[in-house]
Amino acid sequence: MQWVHAWLLMLPAAILLALFTHYPAIATLWHSFFTTPKGGRPAQFAGFDNYQQLAQDPVFWQSLTNNLWYALGTIPVSIALAMLMAVWVSKNIAGRSFLRLAYFTPTILPMIAVANIWLFFFTPEYGLLEKLLGAFGSGGHNWLGSKNTALGCLMVVTVWKEAGFFMIFYLAALQSMSPHLADAAAIEGASRWYFFRRVTFPLLMPTTLFVFVNAVINAFRLVDHVVVMTRGGPDNATELLLFYIYEIGFRFWDSAYAAALTIVLLALLGLVAVLQFLFLERKVHYQ
Amino acid sequence: MSAIVAENLSKHWTTAEGQVHAVDALSFAFEEGTLNVLLGPSGFGKSTTLRLIAGLEEADGGQVSIAGRDVTALPPAQRDISMVFQSYALFPHLSVRENIIFGLRVRKVAPADIERRLAKVAGLLALDRLLDRKPAQLSGGQQQRVALGRAIIAQAPVCLMDEPLSNLDAQLRQEMRAEIRALQRALGITMVYVTHDQVEAMSMADRVVLLRGGSIEQNATPAELYDTPANVFVARFIGTPAMNLLPLIAGTHGALISGTEGPVVAPARYAGWTLGVRPEHVTLAVGQGARAEVLTTEYLGADSLVVCKIGASAVTVRVAGRVGLSPRDTAWLDWAPGAAHFFDAEGIRREPLTHLQTETMYA
Ligand SMILES: Nc1ncnc2c1ncn2[C@@H]1O[C@H](COP(=O)(O)OP(=O)(O)OP(=O)(O)O)[C@@H](O)[C@H]1O
Ligand SMILES: [Mg+2]
Repeated sequence: MQWVHAWLLMLPAAILLALFTHYPAIATLWHSFFTTPKGGRPAQFAGFDNYQQLAQDPVFWQSLTNNLWYALGTIPVSIALAMLMAVWVSKNIAGRSFLRLAYFTPTILPMIAVANIWLFFFTPEYGLLEKLLGAFGSGGHNWLGSKNTALGCLMVVTVWKEAGFFMIFYLAALQSMSPHLADAAAIEGASRWYFFRRVTFPLLMPTTLFVFVNAVINAFRLVDHVVVMTRGGPDNATELLLFYIYEIGFRFWDSAYAAALTIVLLALLGLVAVLQFLFLERKVHYQ
Repeated sequence: MSAIVAENLSKHWTTAEGQVHAVDALSFAFEEGTLNVLLGPSGFGKSTTLRLIAGLEEADGGQVSIAGRDVTALPPAQRDISMVFQSYALFPHLSVRENIIFGLRVRKVAPADIERRLAKVAGLLALDRLLDRKPAQLSGGQQQRVALGRAIIAQAPVCLMDEPLSNLDAQLRQEMRAEIRALQRALGITMVYVTHDQVEAMSMADRVVLLRGGSIEQNATPAELYDTPANVFVARFIGTPAMNLLPLIAGTHGALISGTEGPVVAPARYAGWTLGVRPEHVTLAVGQGARAEVLTTEYLGADSLVVCKIGASAVTVRVAGRVGLSPRDTAWLDWAPGAAHFFDAEGIRREPLTHLQTETMYA
């Protein structure tokens, strides 16, 4: 009779998961094979039409490339920064709890608020950045309004936001490392860099994998700051996949096409996750 | 020349309850090629002293010299020492091989040299076949040997060990004790060995420094510690079962054990002092000595422990083999005059009576 209890205990969570995760995913897949119902015309089976359209959609390809650049630009930098800050903050330095809090603040601020603050930094002419650069005589940029710099600006915001969050995981991992390891290395005369390279860094690898998976997912999932800061512009320069899905689905109301896009994004993330766990997992665990 | 000298070494911690004098003006000198034990109960500054010698902790006062060189201001790496940590401190992601040669790699020793030294150390510690394992795949005793290997391969003249055997079972501990001692002798290392286990200290050490509350209670050879404990604390700490300590009171003809009417065990002026006698030096006699009541008997195999009550105090007696006594029996306890230790009202050792005095006293 124990299994009945087990199932009963799991039921609430299972229902919620099925209702809000599994059912929508399957429904989306289903919808992606139909046309979008319009006015009196109900949805019709369309096979792979939506996917074919997608393959020929230049905005889709642009948003995919944007997203890849965005991932490439934000993930390594925010992970490296997070690790650096954690190693620095876990030392016995004066005011370390203050530093920890300071680094963590970006994470607890709502993304919309963060985006608004940065919006002010990047504002042409009287924004903070322009004022600063102006003082050195090199102002006159429209950071968010220029095709070349807009995506870069979004990346900066993301790195700023994510590094503090990832730092918490690194801090936890560092805390569980025996301080005697550092003592042992000190007796052998290892420099701080040597110790980091041969001991701290490898021992942080499991955390890095975890953080990396999260960072990849976030890179394809972040949309709030695009909405506030650029709305995908200028000229699709900051169009990211999820924002594109949002536009297709809720501005142009083409729900079938949005469903097809969603499935592609889902497949992409699924593939990345599988690859990471299959190939990286093995190299990461040391026991 | 002494290999390690500490002079007025001090270290205090500031904690929530105020200042803790973990090490309080400690001075000692250890000879080259000897094994020296820092012994003492938990929390009395042994690890702190060791870490001060190693340079992992900065002293608040005093100095440390190693091989005649003042190293007080030098970082650990420049002190020419190796260290084995209580928790082994093996790098969990590195193989046994890499753990052992970690320091050699840091110091960029030539690969051929590394191989040669590794082979020697691995052979010495019987680690040959474990070199490719990770620490998690080793037993406690094997991990211990790896930690030892990492210390030995450095070929430092001074080796510091912080309770290296405390995680092992009794059997293994005994084996490792002998192994470490043999190794120390063979390589001529000056070793400082921290433990709270007095058996370990007594069986391994050339010299024992007994610490209490950050200062030295006694600094002597194991035999001296056993034969002439400097005070009540040392007397109680060294020896299992511990020395019997009996308070003395004044009687008509001399000092008596508190709570008894006789016999006289010391001159009258010893009243208020403490008489100490080791369980193995007390004999069960018939009709002579002090009358006692048996409380419990405990059979240990080679010998038995009989706990008796004399006056207000309990006395443990160690006798060979089995004893035919049971609780509430009457026993007569006696000891050779030379076996008695006396501690004054402050608990400080006073030299025991000479035979002459004893004879006149009992006459
Ligand atoms: N980092 C620290 N901060 C504050 N107090 C400390 C610190 N390290 C040690 N102490 C205190 O110093 C005293 C001596 O500690 P130490 O570690 O030297 O004891 P020990 O003799 O090695 O004990 P054990 O046998 O339990 O290892 C203790 O009272 C301890 O609480
Ligand atoms: Mg200790």
